[in-house]
Amino acid sequence: MIAPEPNAKLDDVLLQVSDLKTHFPVKRGLLGRTVGHVKAVDGVSFAIRRGRTLGLVGESGCGKTTAGRTILRLIPATAGTVSFEGKSVFDLPPGELRQLRRHMQIIFQDPYGSLNPRMTVGGIIGEPLRVHGLARGRELEDRVAQLLEHVGLAPAYRNRYPHEFSGGQRQRIGIARALALEPRFIVCDEPVSALDVSIQAQILTLLERLQAELGLTYLFIAHDLAVVSHISDDVAVMYLGRIVEQSPADRLYAEPLHPYTKCLMSAIPRANPRQAKSRIVPRGEVPSALNPPPGCPFHPRCPWALERCPVEVPLLLPAANEPEHLVSCHLYH
Amino acid sequence: MTESADILLSVEGLTTRFFTDEGVSYAVEGVSFAIPRGRTLALVGESGCGKTVTALSILRLIPDPPGRIVAGAVRSNSTDLLGLSEAEMRRVRGNRISMVFQEPMTSLNPVFTIGDQITEAVVLHKKVGRDEAIGQTIEMLRKVGIPDPEARIREYPHQMSGGMRQRVMIAMALVCGPQLVIADEPTTALDVTIQAQILDLLRALQADIGMSILLITHDLGVVAEIAHHVCVMYAGRIVEEADVQELFDNPLHPYTVGLFRSRPSLEHRGPLAAIPGTVPSPLAIPPGCPFHPRCPLSDGARCAAERPPLQVHAAGHTAACWYAGRVADMRTRGEPLYK
Repeated sequence: MIAPEPNAKLDDVLLQVSDLKTHFPVKRGLLGRTVGHVKAVDGVSFAIRRGRTLGLVGESGCGKTTAGRTILRLIPATAGTVSFEGKSVFDLPPGELRQLRRHMQIIFQDPYGSLNPRMTVGGIIGEPLRVHGLARGRELEDRVAQLLEHVGLAPAYRNRYPHEFSGGQRQRIGIARALALEPRFIVCDEPVSALDVSIQAQILTLLERLQAELGLTYLFIAHDLAVVSHISDDVAVMYLGRIVEQSPADRLYAEPLHPYTKCLMSAIPRANPRQAKSRIVPRGEVPSALNPPPGCPFHPRCPWALERCPVEVPLLLPAANEPEHLVSCHLYH
Repeated sequence: MTESADILLSVEGLTTRFFTDEGVSYAVEGVSFAIPRGRTLALVGESGCGKTVTALSILRLIPDPPGRIVAGAVRSNSTDLLGLSEAEMRRVRGNRISMVFQEPMTSLNPVFTIGDQITEAVVLHKKVGRDEAIGQTIEMLRKVGIPDPEARIREYPHQMSGGMRQRVMIAMALVCGPQLVIADEPTTALDVTIQAQILDLLRALQADIGMSILLITHDLGVVAEIAHHVCVMYAGRIVEEADVQELFDNPLHPYTVGLFRSRPSLEHRGPLAAIPGTVPSPLAIPPGCPFHPRCPLSDGARCAAERPPLQVHAAGHTAACWYAGRVADMRTRGEPLYK
């Protein structure tokens, strides 16, 4: 990975997300009246520096995938801005958006559903190049072969079909496709959660190598804190559409502050039978995003909830003596 | 482990194959293990290693054709389950041995209420009246931590969350007082905080009721949480077996070591060591040691030609590797097996 620079300047920021909101209307009845909104992403802000990885972690339904797709304009945003290399992604006209898409790519979770079964591997990887008119004929062939080698597959595989490959190999094909346009930024949406443990390690190692070689910037979305800890420089923890804690990865793992982060970390099974099985398990289950609790969204499950927690929404603010460690919790502010 | 009165169920030389159009799939080959009463034995391995087929063979739920149990015995209370008639086997399933599946949504019937599905099993196996069965169902739902069970028995599966549905599955598996529960990836489909709740529940229920658990999982973290004894499977065979602490302290098979080293953990945030290559297809298992094409210690000669047997290396610790001793030496010297 690219070594962290001592004083990263502001212009090192590749992607800046500000107060992003994605709300989905909920329609009921014969007339399809809107009866409410699922606030899948509700005021999310973060910045990712060039060549770095931000891990976005949370449980199902927390809005992490929606956030990733909204940033790429695959889902329309309700409010907020995303700026990529200083350009406002949501305000671009279609022509410029197309250009921008070359630089912003995505790797999907499901290596089975995300590859067209009727296309050869060469067709899949070469498609972005053809669509953007960047290569043809012999040149396209060479480029596809080069991409296959880059992700650790034999160039001879280009004439085969996706069903002939294992999950890990398919994920490599998906990565090669994402790399075809030489992007600067990749949203990795749970890229290893459908894979076996030994294959997970191969793909994580590959993503790290590609980042070092190509200077890529990643938004790495996952539900598994342990996986995120391996690949990320910074980590943001989401709960019910909001970021509840954000920090450089080392600090977050050394000293998680938000009660939800503490619960998440203590819930991860440790590969050590001797360790005490005492855990902080949050009460109950994640409430519906259609009807989130008032105040702090985590308060009904929080072991340390205060009187003001159900009333006041906490703000995401730096912790004492740690300007880079943000936490949204009344216990600290 | 030796055969003793404390053994609830023993599997001996179990061999299950699938005779498909593409050839013979060697899903499970000569698997043996014993589950003591009131304890948890884990079968660990990656997709296609044969762990689920082993469980389904114990319950004789292998679709035939194309599958067939071609050899072995499954002994419990001095009877061989493989020798029972289908009618006798039906009295065992859900009664003495029950199963919790991975996917709680697809394993519950969507058109019946939770209460109907559980009481059905009670009426069938325990020969009690309906009111008595409903009483037992409510009691069991309370035990698995479902709030307000008197009202929840009238709900349908879709009205419940994934965690609640898994609790219902566990209640259904336990309501007839089985001696053995086979739990096939019981927490894989759940979020980590809900997984933690379900693992705590299984541990508490075992302490309370005393059933044995055969846990099937790919996750060494889950193994560390609730298993007492572990069998690691690869390509249809057990390649290592030990008590949980011994296995975690002193893994002897290169595959087991690789599984540990490829698992991201919060404690060791250094680079991961990936096992090269992929799991072989059960249609084409490599000759010799099935792991040799991926193994850093393979000598390319004996490993590729002779299948290593499971050998005892320490009390209760067996491994099927010609170089298990070298794995232990390398650990003592602090040399990494994988780069």
